[in-house]
Amino acid sequence: MEPEWIWGLAGGLLIGLGGAVLLWGNGRIMGASGIVGGLVDGSGRADWADRLAFLAGVFGMPLLLYPLFTEVDTHISQNLTVLVAAGLLVGIGTRLANGCTSGHGVCGISRFSWRGIVATLFYLLAGGVSVLLFRHIWGII
Amino acid sequence: MRLLFSLFSGLLFGAGLFISGMTDTTKVQGWLDIFGAWDPTLAFVLGGAIIPMFFAWRLSTGRRPVTAAQFPPPPPVKIDRRLAIGSLLFGAGWGLAGLCPGPAIASLGYGGVFHWVFFGAMLVGMGLTPYILRNFPRLSGA
Repeated sequence: MEPEWIWGLAGGLLIGLGGAVLLWGNGRIMGASGIVGGLVDGSGRADWADRLAFLAGVFGMPLLLYPLFTEVDTHISQNLTVLVAAGLLVGIGTRLANGCTSGHGVCGISRFSWRGIVATLFYLLAGGVSVLLFRHIWGII
Repeated sequence: MRLLFSLFSGLLFGAGLFISGMTDTTKVQGWLDIFGAWDPTLAFVLGGAIIPMFFAWRLSTGRRPVTAAQFPPPPPVKIDRRLAIGSLLFGAGWGLAGLCPGPAIASLGYGGVFHWVFFGAMLVGMGLTPYILRNFPRLSGA
């Protein structure tokens, strides 16, 4: 079994290339929460087809790759309360902050955006505290 | 042409999320588990993703994208309440379930029904945000 960090690095490079294609092709920032959120709240009505094409790629590519990596497991929680609460937090949080791991993290940090750097520090901090509380202190996850 | 760039970008993004382990909730929670058995793999994902984007931004000065008039304007510098509170809420949810928005979409096709539950709740949260902002004007720092 090859070291996992190689897969992480290779996947990361592909993610960054995806961002570069959207930036150089369409002049847009590749932020997953903004692209989906604009369709949900109507703020992205003007370029809905671009957004759907992007999402089709994000949805479709893992589906094509999955048969080659059948040992892959997402280990998702099966606790509905946990899933709904986490989904609401992620949905509201990313729309309030105007970005998530891809927009603020990848596209923001790479151009030394203060907002991107601060947002990333905040969600990493909150994520660390969340795992500490829910895993180690309350034992829910 | 715009659609092709969007689709191609999505395909690369989806492939990267899939092979990097970002859709594996245990791996993500391991990376966030700073106080426990910390798994540093995802640092390589973020680091790897920043490299092509760094050059993409660097080379963009004085040029223009293929299908658009200009590149995005420089980012605003103002750190406001919305950014801080939103990022904290997002991080809390990310730690709780181990999914952020990109991987939540990338895993829908093969991950099973529990991924759709998370995705549905995320969409509801996104749809609620304009109402939350309207009822809590202080969130915007106004």
